[in-house]
Amino acid sequence: MSETSAPPTRVDLAELSAMFEAVPYAKFLGVRLELKGDELTAILPYKDELIGNPMLPALHGGVVGALMELTAVAQIFLAQGGKKVPKVIDISIDYLRSGRPVDTYARAHVTKLGRRIANVRVEAWQFDRADPIAALHGHFLIKSDEGAV
Amino acid sequence: MNDETPLWQKMASAGAMMIQGTPQARALGMRVVSITEARAVVEVDWREDLVGDPETGVIASGVVTTLLDNSCGVAAFAALSEPTSTATLDLRIDYMRPARKGATIRADAHCYRMTKTVAFVRAFAFDSADETDPVAAAQAAFMMGTSSRMGKNRRPPA
Repeated sequence: MSETSAPPTRVDLAELSAMFEAVPYAKFLGVRLELKGDELTAILPYKDELIGNPMLPALHGGVVGALMELTAVAQIFLAQGGKKVPKVIDISIDYLRSGRPVDTYARAHVTKLGRRIANVRVEAWQFDRADPIAALHGHFLIKSDEGAV
Repeated sequence: MNDETPLWQKMASAGAMMIQGTPQARALGMRVVSITEARAVVEVDWREDLVGDPETGVIASGVVTTLLDNSCGVAAFAALSEPTSTATLDLRIDYMRPARKGATIRADAHCYRMTKTVAFVRAFAFDSADETDPVAAAQAAFMMGTSSRMGKNRRPPA
C-alpha cells in the first residue's frame, strides 16, 4: 500500500459533511459520515425504499454500489486535503452476500493518490466488518479541468 | 397467456409491476420501456433530488449504477424459460461522460450468454437517441438458481 507523498492538509468532519450535504443524492439515500481521527466511515441507515428484492428482503445492489462510490469520493476528498470533488471513471463491484434490511457501513482505502487518478478500494458491511456484503475497486479523476469525465 | 408463453413475454406485459414491486426502483421513478427476449430497456428521469454534482446539476453516478444494475437483472431474468432466484455476482461500470442535466437516462441491457448457473449481461446507458454516444457501460454476471428462501434476510446471519 503506497502512501501519499505530501501530507494532506487536514479536513475536518464539518468540511467533509458540508461537501457531502451539498449533494442531493447523498441526502436521497440518507448517507452520513463519521470521522474518527483519519478513519472515515459512511453509514447508510436502513429505510424501506432502499430495498431491491422485497422477497428476501435485500437492499438494492445499486444502492450498495452507490454507497461505496460515495465513500470512495469522501475518502479521496479527505486524502487530498479537500480540493476538488473527484469524479468516477470506472468501478468494479463484487457482491459477496445480500444486503439485509439493516444499517450498512462502508470504509474506503486510497491505494494510490496520483496527480490525476486515485485508485480506491471500498468494503461495505452490516453485522461484522470481517464479513463484508460487498467490495468495490475503482478509479477516480481528481483533476477534472482537462478530462472528458 | 398460457404456460407456453415465454417468461419474457409475461414480464413484458407486467413491466410496470416489476418496477412497482422494487421499492428502490420506484423511489427513483424508474420505468420499463420494453422487455424482449434476454433484453430490457429501463429509464429514469433527471430529478433535483438525484443530483450528484450541485455545481453542474448532473445526476449522481449512483443513480446510473442502480439503473444499470436493475436493467441487467431484468435482462437476465428475461433470458430464462422459467423464473428462478438470482444473485448479482459482480458489476463493472465505465462512466464515459456526465449525463446532460435534465435528460432522461435510458439503460439497454442484453443477456448475451446464459449457462446453467451464470448469466452474462452487458448494458449501455444513454441520455439521448444517439447510440454512438453512451453515458456509461456495464458488464454484470448473475448466479442463477440460488436457493434463497423468502424472508431469509429477516433473520440475522448465523
